[in-house]
Amino acid sequence: MDYGLDKKTNTLKTFNTIFIISWLLIACFPFIWTFWGSFKVRADFFSRSDWWYAISAFNTLIETGEKFTTNAYHEAWFEGEFWKASKNTIIVTVFVVSISLFLGTLGAYALSRSTEKYAFWILMAALIFRAMPHITLVSGYLFPFFELQIWGILPTTIVVLVAINQPFTLWLLYSFFKTIPKELDESALIDGCSYFQAFRHIIMPVMWPGVITAGLFSLMLAYNDFTVTALLLNQENHTMVPKIQSYLGTNQHEGNLMWAVSAVVSATAPLFMLVMFFQRQVISGLTTGAVKG
Amino acid sequence: MPNKTFFWFFLPTGLAMVLFIGLPIISTGVQSFYAQHDQVVKEVKKCDPFGCTVSIVVDNEETTKIREAKPLGKFNGFGTYVDRNHLATEEIKKFWNETETFGEFVDQVTNLPFYKALIFTLTYCIFVTPNVLLLGFIIALSLNAISRKIRGPLIFGTILPMIVTPLVGSLVLFWMIDSQGIIGANIQNLMNDPYLSLKSSKTLTWITIIIYGIWHHSPFAFVVFYAALQTVPQEPIEAAIIDGASRFQRIKHIVLPHIYPVVTFVALISLMDNFRVFEPIIGFSAEGSAQSLSWLIYDNLVNEEVILFGSAAATSMMTIIGIAILLAPVLVRTWKEFKTAR
Repeated sequence: MDYGLDKKTNTLKTFNTIFIISWLLIACFPFIWTFWGSFKVRADFFSRSDWWYAISAFNTLIETGEKFTTNAYHEAWFEGEFWKASKNTIIVTVFVVSISLFLGTLGAYALSRSTEKYAFWILMAALIFRAMPHITLVSGYLFPFFELQIWGILPTTIVVLVAINQPFTLWLLYSFFKTIPKELDESALIDGCSYFQAFRHIIMPVMWPGVITAGLFSLMLAYNDFTVTALLLNQENHTMVPKIQSYLGTNQHEGNLMWAVSAVVSATAPLFMLVMFFQRQVISGLTTGAVKG
Repeated sequence: MPNKTFFWFFLPTGLAMVLFIGLPIISTGVQSFYAQHDQVVKEVKKCDPFGCTVSIVVDNEETTKIREAKPLGKFNGFGTYVDRNHLATEEIKKFWNETETFGEFVDQVTNLPFYKALIFTLTYCIFVTPNVLLLGFIIALSLNAISRKIRGPLIFGTILPMIVTPLVGSLVLFWMIDSQGIIGANIQNLMNDPYLSLKSSKTLTWITIIIYGIWHHSPFAFVVFYAALQTVPQEPIEAAIIDGASRFQRIKHIVLPHIYPVVTFVALISLMDNFRVFEPIIGFSAEGSAQSLSWLIYDNLVNEEVILFGSAAATSMMTIIGIAILLAPVLVRTWKEFKTAR
């Protein structure tokens, strides 16, 4: 809001700068600190005697002979089988994103081009579904899944995550398709295309910005999910987030807490990179629908 | 679009939602009326030279047989809803008759698991939601006044707490606040109290989780408000400046009314998200002093011996009713708008 008339006093500017800097510290410092600490031994990062050890690396020097150690990573990835968890996460994420987008684009396109009353009610139902706490849905799944003996495997979890993700994807893509002029595909229909052909040849080439945004959100949901993956997967098939939680539970093992720290860093880093590249899409995704009222 | 084409386009996503969101809600409803079987006991007569004794033991074979025949459990009607772990009607009646003062009664009731969780969930919502709106708005205003060139990285830093999963976010904070972490240890030094720690006090735990909630959700409010601020028209603001309106007056009378619909949207979304608070309780290992409705369900479902499907389902149904009450005003309003639009 920088315009000629609005003169900001110097006090206001300084105050503003101080506020932003302190907020950024609050927002980012915990991550920087965890990243730093993941290269220390437990006695330093969770020091009983002096928190300064985490910076001076007192015990890390004694135990490993260097100021930084990657032991925690090494142990978590191999002994703790974090590689398996990240492999599972990649499988789940890739399938959830591609299936969600496939179903979502078709459904949302239909909703955006329908003038019937039921389209409105479907969108309302999706809103209500979006509000359901995931844990209540999981309590509905567990029993039937046990009975059908499809509990604990990756495909079940993928299908469930796709379904849970649909309401949000539908709303997002619905408001995106609304911004594509109707005349574009209507002219194709007049020229004798079927709706599928119009979708294939007219809409598909121009839908990628919206699809990328929707894809990012499906990705974040699948990647970050704890409730569904922790309860619907067996130990063997756990993805990263439930795996991190399992490191916390078994505290007898001296190394385990540091496993959790390094696992948290390993799980968060790719997500941060991704958001850094796609920051604009994330923000536009959060605001579509909201800003238009 | 003709109905038939619509049907084929919408079928896959509709099927997914009906099968995995609609049906589970019904399945939860059905399960909530059943309870797990009691163990079958039998009397065993044991005779030895000194006489016979009759002892009662669990008949494992029979128990498994019954469980396999009727895996859903025995029909319990509304029994699960009113038992001690849920609405606890009997207990409340008893407390009402036995306690002398109203305060004592409230004390007793809030010690029941369901009410304890309900109160924590509501407290969390009441404290987190308004603060998220306020902090998000202030950050948006403040970033909006900073030079466009450096805004990109600042926005990236601001949204970090939002993009990590709540479990990771709360763990990262917990490791700092814990008595062996950087902040916890320093507070102990400052207060000169070596026993001060998060786990020792219920109030401290609640405050920490609420602060975590504000930290985690504010970036979302920020992003939406920031985008909305870009659409505020400049002319009325310039006119207000010429008329001598102060900065505060401009925000109150021009900016806020303009972004009002967005404020309600953010309030609604963050209320819905806050109502399902659950992962931070695990992250902060705060099960001892803070339990939410979602946590109660989780706890039933990870029960070691027998998974308490009925109990979890009953809590789930009541959570869904809670969500419905929260959503009702919005739905009614949308319906009215829809009717007048027609």
